[in-house]
Amino acid sequence: MARLGMVIDTKKCVGCMDCVVACKTENNVPEGYNKDWIVQETKGAFPTLTTEIRSERCNHCDNPPCVSCCPTGASHVHELGKVVLVTKNECIGCKACVASCPYDARFIHPDGYADKCTFCIHRVEKGLDPACVSVCPTHCMYFGDLDDPNSQVSRLLASRKNHSLMPEVGTQPRIFYLR
Amino acid sequence: MHELTTTRSNPQIDPSLHIWGWEIPVYLFLGGLVAGIMIISGYFLFKGRYKHSYFSCFWLPHISLVLLSAGMFALFLDLEHKLYVWRLFTTFKVASPMSWGSWILILVYPTLLASTLTRVPPAFQNRIKLFDKVSAFINQRPQLVKNIGVLSMIVGAILGMYTGVLLSALGARPLWNSSILWVLFLTSGLSAAAAFVHLITDDKYERELLAKADNGFLIFELFLFAQFIIGLLSSTQVHQNAAHLILSGPYAAVFWVFVIGMGIIVPLIIQLLAVNHKVQHTPVAPIMVIVGGLILRFVIVDAGQFSRWTIAGF
Amino acid sequence: MNSLSRRRFLKISGATIGVAAAGSAVLKGTQLLNRKKPSAGVETIPTFCDICFWKCGAIAYVNDGKLWKVEGNPDDPLSNGRLCPRGTGGVGAHYDPDRLKAPLIRKSVRGKEEWVEVTWDEAFTYIAEKMQKIKANYGPEAVALFSHGIGGNFFKHTLKAFGTPNIAAPSFAQCRGPRDVGFRLTFGEDVSSPERTDIKNAKCLVLIGSHLGENMHNTQVQEFAEAIENGASIIVVDPRFSVAASKAKHYLPIKPGTDLALLLAWMNVIVNEKLYDFEYVQKYGFGFEQFAASIQQYTPEWAYPETGIEPELIRETAREMARFKPATLVHPGRHVTWYGDDAQRSRAVAMLNALLGSWGRKGGFYTPVSMDVPSYPYPDYPKSAKGKVDNPDHKYPFAHETITTGIREATITGKPYPVKGWFVYATNLLHALPNEEETIKAIQNLDLLVVIDVIPSEIAGWADVVLPESVYLERHDDLNVEWFREPFVALRQPVVDSPHDQKPNWWMAKKLAEKLDLGHYYPWNDIEEYFEHRLKAAGLSYSELKKKGTIRGAKQPIYFDEGVPAEFPTPSGKIEFYSLQLQQAGFDPVPKYNRPAAGPPGYLRLLYGRAPVHSFSRTQSNRVLMDMMNENEVWINTNIAARFGLKSGDYVRLKNKDGVVSNRIKVKATERIRPDCAYMVHGFGHNAKGLTFAYGKGASDAQLLTRYITDPLMGGTASNMNFATMESEVA
Ligand SMILES: Nc1nc2c(c(=O)[nH]1)N[C@H]1C(S)=C(S)[C@@H](COP(=O)(O)OP(=O)(O)OC[C@H]3O[C@@H](n4cnc5c(=O)[nH]c(N)nc54)[C@H](O)[C@@H]3O)O[C@H]1N2
Ligand SMILES: Nc1nc2c(c(=O)[nH]1)N[C@H]1C(S)=C(S)[C@@H](COP(=O)(O)OP(=O)(O)OC[C@H]3O[C@@H](n4cnc5c(=O)[nH]c(N)nc54)[C@H](O)[C@@H]3O)O[C@H]1N2
Ligand code: SF4
Ligand code: SF4
Ligand code: SF4
Ligand code: SF4
Ligand code: SF4
Ligand SMILES: [Mo]
Repeated sequence: MARLGMVIDTKKCVGCMDCVVACKTENNVPEGYNKDWIVQETKGAFPTLTTEIRSERCNHCDNPPCVSCCPTGASHVHELGKVVLVTKNECIGCKACVASCPYDARFIHPDGYADKCTFCIHRVEKGLDPACVSVCPTHCMYFGDLDDPNSQVSRLLASRKNHSLMPEVGTQPRIFYLR
Repeated sequence: MHELTTTRSNPQIDPSLHIWGWEIPVYLFLGGLVAGIMIISGYFLFKGRYKHSYFSCFWLPHISLVLLSAGMFALFLDLEHKLYVWRLFTTFKVASPMSWGSWILILVYPTLLASTLTRVPPAFQNRIKLFDKVSAFINQRPQLVKNIGVLSMIVGAILGMYTGVLLSALGARPLWNSSILWVLFLTSGLSAAAAFVHLITDDKYERELLAKADNGFLIFELFLFAQFIIGLLSSTQVHQNAAHLILSGPYAAVFWVFVIGMGIIVPLIIQLLAVNHKVQHTPVAPIMVIVGGLILRFVIVDAGQFSRWTIAGF
Repeated sequence: MNSLSRRRFLKISGATIGVAAAGSAVLKGTQLLNRKKPSAGVETIPTFCDICFWKCGAIAYVNDGKLWKVEGNPDDPLSNGRLCPRGTGGVGAHYDPDRLKAPLIRKSVRGKEEWVEVTWDEAFTYIAEKMQKIKANYGPEAVALFSHGIGGNFFKHTLKAFGTPNIAAPSFAQCRGPRDVGFRLTFGEDVSSPERTDIKNAKCLVLIGSHLGENMHNTQVQEFAEAIENGASIIVVDPRFSVAASKAKHYLPIKPGTDLALLLAWMNVIVNEKLYDFEYVQKYGFGFEQFAASIQQYTPEWAYPETGIEPELIRETAREMARFKPATLVHPGRHVTWYGDDAQRSRAVAMLNALLGSWGRKGGFYTPVSMDVPSYPYPDYPKSAKGKVDNPDHKYPFAHETITTGIREATITGKPYPVKGWFVYATNLLHALPNEEETIKAIQNLDLLVVIDVIPSEIAGWADVVLPESVYLERHDDLNVEWFREPFVALRQPVVDSPHDQKPNWWMAKKLAEKLDLGHYYPWNDIEEYFEHRLKAAGLSYSELKKKGTIRGAKQPIYFDEGVPAEFPTPSGKIEFYSLQLQQAGFDPVPKYNRPAAGPPGYLRLLYGRAPVHSFSRTQSNRVLMDMMNENEVWINTNIAARFGLKSGDYVRLKNKDGVVSNRIKVKATERIRPDCAYMVHGFGHNAKGLTFAYGKGASDAQLLTRYITDPLMGGTASNMNFATMESEVA
């Protein structure tokens, strides 16, 4: 069984937000809400600076507290690629999962259920890449099976320096950033 | 320099989490209060005091039913997808405190009902045959009453702990990452319950006993607070930051003045003096304890949401 | 390589290609717009984007008759199947609730934005009468057209037929004009748009202010990422630590306005250390010796106090460029109207590229090719006796396109002759031209101002007649026959219906021509007939183009090394390191450095640029894009912020040297900018009433650009020489 994840090359990402716009139109994300977003992290003093630009979203953690804390099972790990999903008709909107996510990746949809990045499972099921990945003009996002050593994501992780976000919280995120 | 900017601005999430308003603190407070009441009234039932003490054993379960239902209603109000609330009771999720909570409540209601039926409220006496019958049945069996008392204490304790575990299980909020939180909430619930009985009982013995108990609870609570804070301060930077939210940050004023000062120390002094007959018993002290307990829930729920792992300056 | 298409490339700008008249057909106006019937399910229709002028091939998805999303067309060489964020957010243009809905005629004083709705016929009758009156009194030249983008082609046609030569776009004098002039003077050819830069093959890429990644010209950004991936050595020169700077091996935090000093010093190093492409310079260069002699004074040590860049860093970067020559691309920039020395600075960029031998070479500048799609055979346009109004007596001798601000000046002064009518197509002159006051003054001198727009923009607010256009997803436009890496032709076609009574430009231009008795200039009934005709002449199939959106031609050689003849249409026929043309016109034959004037104490130099999710002043009404960024910020150095007692998120108003005060704008206190300048994204701070959503969000740079220096070579308006201070604003 696959374990889907993303690898994002911060060297190439320009922070253009195309991935964010694409998510909006693809998934009809309501105005004012984001399933993905851009973080720019700058260190140093002018002019000796480094800026890392990252496209962030739910990390589809291997050890997802949002799933374990859900009282109804609405938050669950999908059999396809271990993608973390919410079944909206099972969600009571208690918001425990929202509070449980250290990345603040979730929000409450105006219709009352917990929502977040779905890894575009509706596209993945059809063999397509997620919308954000497929629009990115710099081709800096890669999507695939982390368990398959021959997948592009696995090869990139093996060959390039990388990090995930806040590994110390222990959720085992599945999005990796190439430095 | 470290600059961190994000383009995210999700409602109730950014710049800091604020998904839970007044409903959850009220729910947690009432849950804790009821837990405390169950323990106290259970204790009296167990001790056989129900024969003499009119108040605690008799009225408290009735009031608890109302308080608990009010708390449940607050929780219900907080749900964003209210129509689906029944989903809570069609599954049981071992890892989910919320799920435990809903099933614990399933235990609490019958327990409270059983306590209630040790003596049917006058308004219902001779009205509902079944109640009278059950009541008579129970009263004829002192061992059963004792057992109901024990059950009430156990279920109450579970309920009280649960109100803390609900938060501390949410590892993403550093302020809540404490193994003390459940004892703290349980103790605070007991203290509020003791204060509550103290406040409305007519029975001198009961008042005296509960004021003394409450002093114990309050002192223990102070100790727990110290543990709670030391625990956070001796943990990671993120947890230290969280502790500073209530120690010196935006929640410090409310925390020190209302939770520690007016919620614990001042009533503790008054009650210590009162039980030593230096001053008269006054309703002011228990009221302070109760309000302090409520504010405690507000502070912890709010500041906990504010605390986060990312140290972003949006 | 076919030098035929090359020669045509040399002629494209400004050239009017009129061929013998074809018989004029009778028009059946009402049949022109065929409404689409909604079909169930998801339908995909190829077209090309118009959120900026890059014209990326796109595929629109329509779900049950409703526009869902727009993606890149994988067949299209500009988008390579991926749009930029603005293109992806293009759906917001269709759904914008603030759109213009019906033709409007002004009912009170100009600029008050009070209108009566009229029918299209009433609007055209009104306009045509006014135009005829102007023609009778002042001649047809007294009507000018400002037009930006491919959508203006048919209005250009109608107005040329009417008899005016005064047609201008802000893309020349407010944008890339100085660059194209600088390159023309050196290589004899423009860089043009899309730029002929071979970014993806560059081994060393030098960006002087070109803020790729924020500037989202799609293909360039895609190639930029490719260059990064290939490990190209990137050198970025910018007073601000831009996104591009964050990708650079060398970041040069230059003092604003001193780039020419740096360029001269770089050339000094490359010449004196003999690092240039000797063979290339010898073979193709003209006047190298004089040039080499005249840059001797410009040592890195000399440049240091001017630019603030350490001499060693100047040397190191010069050597780095030389190491990778000829695959070193010193990017020519695009919006280069900065300091008034712009054409000369661009010339220095051209010369530096020449030293590196990158022009015509892989990883430098390729030679663009195009598909041969003949233009429609229209009747000849009337010849104007008066000539153009914008550049009297060739005041700006090297301007090869019409100068917008020249028309504006003539409209104010009435010299060399009066201008009494303006057509404004898809350009928000109040945001695009510096010094709003002058624009308004000119407008007040007009007898007729017609604005064709899609939203109630600031310029529309001043119009006498406003014509609401269908957005690009709802209309046909002219064919895009692009000059690029490979030949192709692309089609824009309607994807959805217009929500109200909006119409496409070709329909308006045609209707207006008919009202002006110029119907014979439109020998076709429907634009599809026009396409069929042109494509047939090119030997292409319209139905194939409709289906695919883009038809590509065979790849052709694009580098000298592949056999493209090295032709330089300069007077000497060579790359001019020394320009006799310039000398004869009284200018420096080799660029000389002049220090830019400094601002008063307490003021910061105001710089501006792009945000990836917005295009100029045209996308702040697009709800999808505004959801990404709904106001601009003013970037100031953290130290300056501290001095002003400000922190990120505070609101201020900017006040320039002339006392103009901006809307409130959020502070971004950051290490990512020099302390002597402030930076903001262009296009925000709308004050047109009809822009209900964009109104008052952020501040307008244009409003603060009260001063500008006109480039003496070509009339470009340099605007990076305004200074502003900050006034705190209680939020
Ligand atoms: N202050 C300042 N001035 C600048 C610049 C700057 O950065 N700062 N940049 C300069 C540069 S590089 C350039 S290229 C120019 C750009 O200048 P412009 O091309 O004038 O750009 P916009 O400000 O976007 O104005 C475009 C207008 O066209 C309208 N429009 C959009 N789509 C359509 C359409 O489909 N049909 C019609 N009829 N109208 C449409 C928009 O609503 C808007 O009113 O500005 C230049 N001027
Ligand atoms: N997203 C988006 N992309 C666009 C457009 C858009 O509207 N939106 N417009 C397109 C158009 S028409 C154009 S012309 C281009 C314009 O894009 P570019 O040609 O890349 O832009 P510039 O005007 O050169 O630049 C702004 C940059 O120049 C820097 N700068 C300012 N002053 C100086 C200086 O004195 N020296 C140096 N070295 N750098 C300086 C600023 O800090 C900023 O980073 O963008 C194109 N791309
Ligand atoms: S679309 Fe790609 S380049 Fe743009 S911000 Fe997203 S990940 Fe980065
Ligand atoms: S990132 Fe947050 S929401 Fe996503 S799986 Fe991990 S914990 Fe759950
Ligand atoms: S909000 Fe919904 S998905 Fe989240 S924990 Fe509650 S029921 Fe589960
Ligand atoms: S994977 Fe899909 S849902 Fe997730 S951020 Fe990308 S586009 Fe949005
Ligand atoms: S660069 Fe972006 S906005 Fe411009 S045409 Fe291409 S996709 Fe559209
Ligand atoms: Mo431009």
